[in-house]
Amino acid sequence: MELIVQRRIKQVLKGDQNAFGEIVELYKDKVYQICFRMLWDRHEAEDAAQETFIKAFVNIHTYDPEKKFATWLYRIATNLCIDRIRKKKPDYHLDAEIAGTEGLNMYSQVASTEELPEEAVENLELQEVIQSAIFNLPEKYRSVIVLKYIEELQLQEIADILELPLGTVKTRIHRGREALRKYLRNM
Amino acid sequence: MCEIMASCQKEIVRLMHNYLDGELFSGEQQKLKAHLQTCNDCRQHFLELKKTIALVQSMSHIGAPERFTEEVLFALPKETRVIGIQRWIRRHPFFTAASLFLALMTGGLLSTWQQEANHFAFTKYNNLQVENDTVVVPAGEQVKGDIVVENGDIRVEGEVQGDVTVINGEQYMASAGRVTGEIEEIDEAFGWIWFKLKKAVTGVFD
Repeated sequence: MELIVQRRIKQVLKGDQNAFGEIVELYKDKVYQICFRMLWDRHEAEDAAQETFIKAFVNIHTYDPEKKFATWLYRIATNLCIDRIRKKKPDYHLDAEIAGTEGLNMYSQVASTEELPEEAVENLELQEVIQSAIFNLPEKYRSVIVLKYIEELQLQEIADILELPLGTVKTRIHRGREALRKYLRNM
Repeated sequence: MCEIMASCQKEIVRLMHNYLDGELFSGEQQKLKAHLQTCNDCRQHFLELKKTIALVQSMSHIGAPERFTEEVLFALPKETRVIGIQRWIRRHPFFTAASLFLALMTGGLLSTWQQEANHFAFTKYNNLQVENDTVVVPAGEQVKGDIVVENGDIRVEGEVQGDVTVINGEQYMASAGRVTGEIEEIDEAFGWIWFKLKKAVTGVFD
């Protein structure tokens, strides 16, 4: 796959837009998946994934063909997602208490504003529960968990994508796993 | 959790994670295995971690929405045009330089043309007469040389021994009038530029 991609990139550098279309086709699902698991919102994920490819196209001349293209592309995607997560702060973790409303958290907010029957909240599909557990992770753990267990990447590749030392990636994965365990142990 | 072994708990958890990352030496593996066989809490912890991973990995893969690629490509055109122009310039340096030169030349001349647009002027000769914006070569008079009239008319009743050029105006020839050289009327900006260029070029060769 890398070989085809390298050839397409050369064509893109010569101004061939259709060649870029082929690159988008090859990576769109993986990039969209990273964005969706990080942001947990279809529209936001689509926006972020599109932005990723547009940014890649505009900056294609800065890509080093000696390195893996996917690493470069996923770095753009994760950085854009992390930016979006940070901009949205203060974050709204579901079980975080809302200031001045003792005992009231986002679960009750969701239930009251959208008037979901209690059972509907309780019967969230398993997938939703797992996704919410991932979404509840702080963004530095969320990105490593998504890359490791959803994209199934090697630790070294994750370190390259996030431009972090390998040791830091390992620590974050360990902590991310522990945090997830607390959410999911009773499933 | 593993209260009796609280001091070793941290170390065991570290081994668990290293195991999950596939990075345990065989000695460490033995140590972890032996501990898990004797400590229920740690075994529970380890099973929960494995279950957590299995749950996360069980998530169905989702794909990009329909028409995703088209929409990305649709968002690009502006960039390609800029890149296209840049690439074209890189490939045709001579043509670019030449057209840039022409553009600047024309621009400079055009602004001169606009500045001069309303200014009535003509080549001075002692025997020329002026009636409003009309230059008159009186009957019986002889003008030795070229006459240029800008933003006005010329009426030739006498004789001009040379060329007559009228810019933004008209020339009238009386029946007795005579011009030995060429008579030219220039109204359009393009003609005017051509005239100036011609003058500049003949000036170079003079």
